[in-house]
Amino acid sequence: MTAPLDTAGEAVPIVEAEGVTKRFGSTVALADARLRVLPGESHALVGRNGAGKSTLVNVLTGIFPPDGGQVRFDGTPAPAPGDRDAWRARVACVYQKSTIIPELTVAENLFLNRQPGARGVIGWKRMRREAADLLAAWDVQVDPALEAGRLSVQDRQFVEIARALSFGARFIILDEPTAHLDNAEIERLFVRMRALRESGVAFLFISHHLQEVYEVCETVTVFRDARWIATAPVAELPRADLVAAMTGEATELGREAGRREPVTAPVRLTVSGLSGPGFSGASLEVRRGEVVGLAGSSASGKIELAETLVGLRRPASGKAVLDDRPLPFGDVRKAMDAGVGFVPRDRHAQGLVPELSVGENATMTIAGRLGPFGVVKPGRLRAEATDAIADLDIKTSGPDQPVTGLSGGNQQKVVMARALATGPGLLVLINPTAGVDVKSKEALLAVVDQVRADGTAVIIISDELDDLRPCDRVLVFFHGRITAEHPAGWSDRDLVASIEGVS
Amino acid sequence: MADTTAETAAGARPEPRVAPPATAGGLLRRAREFALVPALVVLVVLGAVVNDSFLTQRNIISILGASAALALVVLAESLILITGKIDLSLESVVGIAPGIGALLVIPAASAGFGTTWPAWAGILAIFVVGGAVGAFNGFLSVKLRLNAFIVSLAMLIVLRGLLTGATKGKTLFDMPDPFFSIATTTFLQVPMSVWLAVACFAVAGFVLRYHRLGRALYAIGGNPEAARAAGIRVERVTFAVYVIAGVLAAAAGLCLTGYVGAINANQGQNMIFTVMAAAVIGGISMNGGKGTMTGAVTGVLLLGVVDNLLTLAQVASFWKQAIYGAIILFALVISRVTSGRAQE
Repeated sequence: MTAPLDTAGEAVPIVEAEGVTKRFGSTVALADARLRVLPGESHALVGRNGAGKSTLVNVLTGIFPPDGGQVRFDGTPAPAPGDRDAWRARVACVYQKSTIIPELTVAENLFLNRQPGARGVIGWKRMRREAADLLAAWDVQVDPALEAGRLSVQDRQFVEIARALSFGARFIILDEPTAHLDNAEIERLFVRMRALRESGVAFLFISHHLQEVYEVCETVTVFRDARWIATAPVAELPRADLVAAMTGEATELGREAGRREPVTAPVRLTVSGLSGPGFSGASLEVRRGEVVGLAGSSASGKIELAETLVGLRRPASGKAVLDDRPLPFGDVRKAMDAGVGFVPRDRHAQGLVPELSVGENATMTIAGRLGPFGVVKPGRLRAEATDAIADLDIKTSGPDQPVTGLSGGNQQKVVMARALATGPGLLVLINPTAGVDVKSKEALLAVVDQVRADGTAVIIISDELDDLRPCDRVLVFFHGRITAEHPAGWSDRDLVASIEGVS
Repeated sequence: MADTTAETAAGARPEPRVAPPATAGGLLRRAREFALVPALVVLVVLGAVVNDSFLTQRNIISILGASAALALVVLAESLILITGKIDLSLESVVGIAPGIGALLVIPAASAGFGTTWPAWAGILAIFVVGGAVGAFNGFLSVKLRLNAFIVSLAMLIVLRGLLTGATKGKTLFDMPDPFFSIATTTFLQVPMSVWLAVACFAVAGFVLRYHRLGRALYAIGGNPEAARAAGIRVERVTFAVYVIAGVLAAAAGLCLTGYVGAINANQGQNMIFTVMAAAVIGGISMNGGKGTMTGAVTGVLLLGVVDNLLTLAQVASFWKQAIYGAIILFALVISRVTSGRAQE
């Protein structure tokens, strides 16, 4: 740890926010927000959804001018709100959603709207050379002539970081950078962050994964309900205290992976020798009321297998039997009629229709059951949706609210409601808690305990160990094959070792 | 109204909690459906002031009769736009479907194919041609995944060329009476073509609002992947929408044939611009997933009234197009302002 001591005159913070307030109409988005990041520091910003993190990021990057308070970079006040170049020279944010234009080359993305050349005529050769120099200077191994859309998520992040550094910024905000990375990639990101810190670059690291905060950050700032709550060195803040600061109450994070009795109920789902793109020879059984987890790195084939079971993909060979009937493949409607319900991998891409209301999204899977001859009775739809809103504790003004108005955690609950609406015998949850806050995570995983009591077989596919804790056993995928099985009570180390293929 | 057996059969919870009343958001959305009504009222008042014959029963029926064909094509295009696709070739279907129907019926001496089918078979053929063209468009766009815009533009030209070729550019007259009766027969003094359009809009409006198939169109247009993951058969539904749109455009062709009293090789030409304008003015999103039948109807009526006013005002025919186009442009701007949201 190389951070200077927090005493006057010791080091000028690279960014310092004091008493920042921001309101939108009657909503207070930030009240008395504080942040102090030193050069070369890796600083975590944590808080549940709605805690004010995004608003603070928008204030720090100059997108929202604050209503009150001060933001200083290197001890000097922040630039005027409209002076984008000055902001870019001080701070950059790598968002979850890419700000790279996929159709242009890496080089052009790096120099967009400031392409080198004479009198507006772009010198392509010179631009590619300068891009190569820039990437080499920050040790990013990417071909500048490559179409940016073909980069991996990781390389895309590195290119965005290099672009920020080339503007002169030495303070970089990473907004959930690990959300779409596998374990090896996360490790590479951390190595890169440590190397950049040596050169004086400071990071504000935003993540829902608290273990990452402990791994890569030295200081953590907690926000709750639009307010600053605490700032402390991570070494002095145990995990339980951190969660307590985030939630405002002492909660155990995740459930302990208690040892469970082996489930002896009859088998509900039998998968035998299923092979398809990304996985081969998968065989497994799930009993009534059993919860089985599928773990593995992002390219291990676990998601492909899950998407085959729910009808999104067609396998090359093999079969599956659900409740003594063969499970139809390649047709979601047929799979649903056979008793499969599922939460898809990505709620924005596959889970929600943004133009439609909460109620319509939540009942989309049962639209044919809301009246005679396929007629959707508005009253029935509202009643079903109202039930789901109450059952899952969805925070919404009602079934008519557009689904885009909900927070991430509540949107995910709507997707869960959609999966549960059919009363499935097999519930497949793919990344069920991706990008949601701690409280919503708890609520979503609590659903698993409810449905298993009714005899539903559950399969959870996730990159997050916390999601897999409710499972009776976890099957590990490695290069498309099931290579290990861990009964409940596994240790994180053992599970991660078999995910990485080192056991 | 309630069909309790269906409720229990569907496995609903015995006593659903009481749903909260519709929110302000719902009312606001309702209000948007009628966003064009003020503009329509202004135009009607304006028309009544500047021209004595505007508000006569005869003129109103004439506006409706002249708008029936346009309304049916707007309906067809709206369904396709809501599903997130586009079909420009509908205007050529308006020409070729009744054209082929007529050629199968009229004698070779009147430039027909010489098959001299009975009139009912010819009229059936009109709808079959419309459905077949829709199915082919659907095949190209859904199965082969070609770009709907450019493919339907190509089909527009091909179909127009086929009609011109088949008729050798001539105008077809000698059709039997059933070819015209939809526009010449009246019920309550209003032509049957208008009643047909009203019925089609009523059915479409109901299905879009209250049937799972209609709601599926919005889901597909809004986010096809989410619709697929919710068990909606995206390809099948989209294909069906193309076929239905083709049949509706064929029906529009029949209405237009009856209204004009002949089939010109240019029948329906340049109509697609007006169709698109009516749909967009009426609040149908070109990006899919948004729009209502109420909006589409008001869009059609608005353009119908404008067209009628220009005719009554005896604008020189050489200038009529320019003025009509400018008014549509103006209407697009106005509807952008009154609806308060970007046209997509």
